[in-house]
Amino acid sequence: MNASQSVYAGIDVGASRTKAIIIDADRQIIGRAVIKSGTDFEEASCRCLDQALDMAGLTVAYITNAMSTGYGRNNVAIARDSKTEISCHARGCFHYFSHAISIIDIGGQDNKIIKLDASGKRLSFKMNRKCAAGTGAFLEEMSLRLDIPLEKLDGLARQSQSMVELGSFCTVFSATEVLEKIRQGKNVSDIVKGLFHSVIKRVMEMDSLTEQVVMTGGVVAHNDYLVQMTSEMIERPVLVPEYPQLTGALGAALFAMEYSDK
Amino acid sequence: MAEEKKVARKKIEATVQMNRYMSDYFYELNEADKSRSRKIAWCTSVGPAEILRAMGFLIHFPENHGAMLGATRMATDMIPVANASGYSPEICSYLTADVGAYMKGITPLSRAYPGIDRVPRPDVLVYNTNQCRDVQDWFAWYAAEFKVPLLGIHTHRGVKDVGDDHVASIASQMKALIPPLEAISGNKFDIDKLNHVLALSKECSGLWKKVLDTASAKPSPLTFFDGTIHMGPAVVLRGTQTAVDYYKQLLAELETRIHDRVAAVEPERFRLYWDGMPMWGRLRDHSELFSRAGVNVLASTYCNSWIFSAFDPEDPFNSMARAYTELFIVRADDAKEDYIRRMIEFFKVDGIIYHDAKTCPNNSNCRYGMPQRLEALTGIPSLTINGDLNDLRLVSDEQTKTNVEAFIEQLEER
Ligand code: SF4
Repeated sequence: MNASQSVYAGIDVGASRTKAIIIDADRQIIGRAVIKSGTDFEEASCRCLDQALDMAGLTVAYITNAMSTGYGRNNVAIARDSKTEISCHARGCFHYFSHAISIIDIGGQDNKIIKLDASGKRLSFKMNRKCAAGTGAFLEEMSLRLDIPLEKLDGLARQSQSMVELGSFCTVFSATEVLEKIRQGKNVSDIVKGLFHSVIKRVMEMDSLTEQVVMTGGVVAHNDYLVQMTSEMIERPVLVPEYPQLTGALGAALFAMEYSDK
Repeated sequence: MAEEKKVARKKIEATVQMNRYMSDYFYELNEADKSRSRKIAWCTSVGPAEILRAMGFLIHFPENHGAMLGATRMATDMIPVANASGYSPEICSYLTADVGAYMKGITPLSRAYPGIDRVPRPDVLVYNTNQCRDVQDWFAWYAAEFKVPLLGIHTHRGVKDVGDDHVASIASQMKALIPPLEAISGNKFDIDKLNHVLALSKECSGLWKKVLDTASAKPSPLTFFDGTIHMGPAVVLRGTQTAVDYYKQLLAELETRIHDRVAAVEPERFRLYWDGMPMWGRLRDHSELFSRAGVNVLASTYCNSWIFSAFDPEDPFNSMARAYTELFIVRADDAKEDYIRRMIEFFKVDGIIYHDAKTCPNNSNCRYGMPQRLEALTGIPSLTINGDLNDLRLVSDEQTKTNVEAFIEQLEER
């Protein structure tokens, strides 16, 4: 790539993971990275951006404009502007699916439902960050309780023959419920499917969905059985973008491009 | 780096005068408490203050004290004390903060007013359940503590249209307060005094309404955050000449601002309406959060709650009964919905913020589908933020900030 060509960076500093994307002037993704956010968001954002730049074979000097988003959006040294993750997820999803959509984003620490009209304008959004229910934090807590590595949950849920339903809103109550099910001798894979079901139910209680549904977020990226289950529950297909964990960063990069002349 | 700029809302000059009046009010109560020279009544904020004042009582308003505990951020340390004695963290956090502070022997009055070391002791407690049931339990706790009489008015709630039967019932309950209040105060009830107090209350209410209505000007000279501070006299001094004088001064200042096109938030990019309680411990943060984005939250259901248009000195009991029942908080959802719709139009707002206050369902109007219905009706978008009036354990600043910023971004897209 020659230095006169423009590239744009989007950095999404989430409470759990930091994501970075580099796009070229044709809106093509040429670099991307995901790392743990840790406790030093500024350092994480620099390191994540460096990794994405490495993948693109570029250095920071090539970046025409950068935009930050996410929980740590004000800790990104290179970004001149920031936008909330709501706007960036919406922008990133609309890039792939340019029609009226409802976006379900399930992240490590929060979840969202964002509704867009056919022109990509936001109609409404709901965000839950007051409670672990329906988020990755819920699954993390349960994987600890069940002593099953997080990355094994998806495979286990798929093996379930007869799902065990969990009724509680609260993570602590759910943990007690899970212990009770184990005591009753229920199959672990059936319990794990019940946990997935619980995540989806908590999210769907937040808002109604329009016809076309898109799912994004780190939890979706690592547990694609959640997508299949959601699709079965709402009885229609669910769309998933190319990099579901990176839609916020992609949206930020697209905004960086739009804002570069402003 | 994406930087946050600080923009303060424009200061209101009359605040200095208001602070003087409020200070005089608290010192007068304190003096009466210490010398026992005047009888003291505790009253709910939309309770029958006019009757008490006409009968010679000085009045302490526990909700005002609760809000002070919230605004000074003392409440969150007091609430657990009440929780531990059996008052749930789920109930009114004015109640739990106020009772907790009493149990700890602490009051924010001491910080603001040197020499005042406690809330004034009551000779009687008088509540009106028009706002909620919590006030009855709250006052009952103090009645037992101070061994003083507890009197109350039980208002119909969820009222669609206020009818003559509602009015008759409340008016007769108000009249029934007179004999015990005569016995406690040692003063004979004098209808002329009540009419005089009511006339002053009506004038105060009318002026307060005009003050709040100035926010319909573009740009608005006033914010909701100003309103939460300047409503002090309308709550604790209504029925006095002092409150009337104060609102005349404040109104004149705001009208000058309108004339000179002075905006409370400059630039005024968007205008929002606030429904629900303020988060007292976060007033300044919220004011800055909105103003630095060029957004003026300029009107609210909450500040409008001290407008009593029906007061009529010619017909005191019936008109008080009507005014205290016509309040927003007493009404059915369709009446509430209609009210907010009119406010949206009158104040020309671009969006609504609903505060879902965990411990005050009575002032949280987003729990029965109202935001969705109003949005469908008016096309005006809304945002619900979770929090509480006093209990900061229930508030996530980061969540509020992201939600508000995302909502403003949504308004920018329109
Ligand atoms: S209306 Fe709400 S804040 Fe006021 S006293 Fe009742 S519960 Fe408390």
